[in-house]
Amino acid sequence: MSASSDHANSVFATVVQAPEDPILGVTVAYNKDPSPDKLNLGVGAYRTEEGKPLVLNVVRKAEQLLVNDPSRVKEYLPITGLADFNKLSAKLIFGADSLAIQENRVTTVQCLSGTGALRVGAEFLARHYHERTIYIPQPTWGNHPKVFTSAGLSVKTYRYYSPNTRGLDFQGLLEDLGSAPAGAIVLLHACAHNPTGVDPTSDQWEQIRQLMRSKGLLPFFDSAYQGFASGSLDADAASVRMFVADGGECLAAQSYAKNMGLYGERVGALSIVCKTAEVASRVESQLKLVIRPMYSNPPIHGASIVATVLKDRDLYNEWTVELKAMADRIISMRKQLFDALQARGTPGDWSHILKQIGMFTFTGLNANQVAFMTKEYHIYMTSDGRISMAGLSSRTVPNLTEAIHAAVSSVA
Amino acid sequence: MASAMLSLASASPSASLSLQENLKISWKRGTSSRINFLGSDFSKTKSFTRTSMTVAVKVSRFKDITMAPPDPILGVSEAFKADTHEMKLNLGVGAYRTEDLQPYVLNVVKKAENLMLERGENKEYLPIEGLAAFNKVTAELMFGADNAVIQQQRVATVQGLSGTGSLRLAAALMERYFPGARVLISSPTWGNHKNIFNDARVPWSEYRYYDPKTVGLDFDGMISDIKAAPDGSFVLLHGCAHNPTGIDPTPEQWEKIADVIQERNHIPFFDVAYQGFASGSLDEDASSVRLFAARGMELLVAQSYSKNLGLYAERIGAINVVCASSDAAARVKSQLKRLARPMYSNPPIHGARIVSNVVGNPELFNEWKEEMEMMAGRIKSVRQKLYDSLCAKDKSGKDWSFILKQIGMFSFTGLNITQSENMTNKWHVYMTKDGRISLAGLSSAKCEYLADAIIDSYHNVK
Repeated sequence: MSASSDHANSVFATVVQAPEDPILGVTVAYNKDPSPDKLNLGVGAYRTEEGKPLVLNVVRKAEQLLVNDPSRVKEYLPITGLADFNKLSAKLIFGADSLAIQENRVTTVQCLSGTGALRVGAEFLARHYHERTIYIPQPTWGNHPKVFTSAGLSVKTYRYYSPNTRGLDFQGLLEDLGSAPAGAIVLLHACAHNPTGVDPTSDQWEQIRQLMRSKGLLPFFDSAYQGFASGSLDADAASVRMFVADGGECLAAQSYAKNMGLYGERVGALSIVCKTAEVASRVESQLKLVIRPMYSNPPIHGASIVATVLKDRDLYNEWTVELKAMADRIISMRKQLFDALQARGTPGDWSHILKQIGMFTFTGLNANQVAFMTKEYHIYMTSDGRISMAGLSSRTVPNLTEAIHAAVSSVA
Repeated sequence: MASAMLSLASASPSASLSLQENLKISWKRGTSSRINFLGSDFSKTKSFTRTSMTVAVKVSRFKDITMAPPDPILGVSEAFKADTHEMKLNLGVGAYRTEDLQPYVLNVVKKAENLMLERGENKEYLPIEGLAAFNKVTAELMFGADNAVIQQQRVATVQGLSGTGSLRLAAALMERYFPGARVLISSPTWGNHKNIFNDARVPWSEYRYYDPKTVGLDFDGMISDIKAAPDGSFVLLHGCAHNPTGIDPTPEQWEKIADVIQERNHIPFFDVAYQGFASGSLDEDASSVRLFAARGMELLVAQSYSKNLGLYAERIGAINVVCASSDAAARVKSQLKRLARPMYSNPPIHGARIVSNVVGNPELFNEWKEEMEMMAGRIKSVRQKLYDSLCAKDKSGKDWSFILKQIGMFSFTGLNITQSENMTNKWHVYMTKDGRISLAGLSSAKCEYLADAIIDSYHNVK
């Protein structure tokens, strides 16, 4: 072996080992655990009552149609992605009768799930928008700050979660957004806030909208759970539609990872609602300049599945039924866990388990308690105390109950 | 807060006009003219809010954004689609077409997809670094399964979004861990390379490559420019079938290129988008990369399965970083993951599964090699036919043999911008403005027509 293979001469000598991603790393740790009782409540991926991943029936049907269609090819999609998919996605989030869509004021580009949509939107804003600060709720999904700073935006927070009430710190939110510089970008979780599960009421949304519009704050919606929060696709898009209805501009990142169970296919979309069709067209051309040097054009498979489902009336209806079943199972897990903790007499008020919305419960457990639960009970979750209800089943609720009880009773 | 603003409403129309002008100024990139909400401009803000409290800004925040030009390569296909002329020919993007000029889905791909459907696999998130089975077979395909770099676990492999995405991850790694280091790219090179490095904020400069006089490699210029670059630069090399020229170094020239790179402590960075397409042999097309690896050099390799497995739209590729030690490889891999997470979290599964099923299954792998030879063979045969047509029709004595010598999907015709435009405007032959034509888009049936177009453009247009 020649001298240049000597370790000391590596050009990568200064590259340090990066820590595992705090969220995805939970699954890595879980996979390594040999315990038969282990439970993964880390990443937000839906599990059946049997604890298995789920591929929706409509997805299987759509895939059959696609794979068996002899006329299908694998040619490059346009930079902006599959046109049908884009149109259908815009209708899904903004409403089929949306005026903004009818007036051609919306540009929609297919992206790599929610992360990809957020990144492309952020890169676009960093290049073309005059305000380069984005306000994100405290707390928010762990990957948000990294996405935005990688794109060149600077990140500030606005108060959101109140640990005392385990609810929304609405006054704090209004104050913080009120003191943001005019025109600043504001990240809003469209529904089922991640990680807290705490959403504004529709009256609160209206107040937020008025405040934001009066200060010219630019809304950037992250919609990763449409249909999962309440079980209704329309209800879960109400916050976004409220903003679009006033004629103003906004960005919306959509993900089909959860609501269509397409996690690994990486399907999502970024929509930018503009004042005029002409502006929308120019904005679209600039989005292409962001995408081309990143990955040229998006992957076809997942988007084709979504388009197939959304454009077929029967498949669409079947989807809404399957979606509601998933949302309902989660709601029933909430009830089961709450009841079990009550029955066990676990100290504390656990009603937030019932009140919080969506896939996650922000338990209120601290990092020490979480570490204890992982070590003693092989329960995997993120250190902020967030658990994915989608990963629970009737069978595993008792173990989780025990673990929470022990953690709360014995760990400070 | 909201009610306080309402009660302070006042001011004249002229005040609200100057607010709009204020907004206009602050929209321009780079300026930081802020509307001071609580300062002297407050009155202007209030007049605006008085008239439109519950309605958003009247003017678009994006109104000063300019219309971007269409992509020079991908935009060609868009223009082609819009053309209704019956003789139109799309020689723009490098996507393989059959003799009937139809897109081609490989049989092995169809078989793999059917297998996948039968198995009914789930769609869970891949790890950030991608499908483990894919990463294993892709590195083996590139380096050879029994290669020392693989045996010693010195390769960090991360699944990427085809070639572009893999190049971008590498560029992000370069920017973060080799601040100030530049990448040398060939003149010319694939049009998107510059965009990738620009967006990743990696400085680049060019090394001479194409010699228009010989329609061949400017080898001395290339060596000289690589030598002159600052110590520790990255050198972007096309593993085979150089895009756009089709001109590849000989094995002897590769050795000399490796010599000068080692002398200057540069880091070789291979872009391998055509493994199997150049010669028809997967192993032969990997020889330049393997030559460098055999010298014990650290290097990067971006791979794409768009062309050789026809998986264009599935976006499947990989970035491989060959390191001096397995420890360095592990660390580098962890940092590549850290760069991928805020870009797209984890890569798409479908294409990765197809590749791992084809490459990992001996029967399908062999069948793939046959299909690969068939595709490369068709391209070689249209090269020959085009050459023959040009020689037969062109009486000027011009040497067209470069068409036969060039390797891979593309031919660099030597046509300039105006001549290329003539190809499109007069002959409805779509190609990129640098004079590149994709032979993958040419049928034997159209060789004569194309020859006419080339001869006309070359001789009659300046």
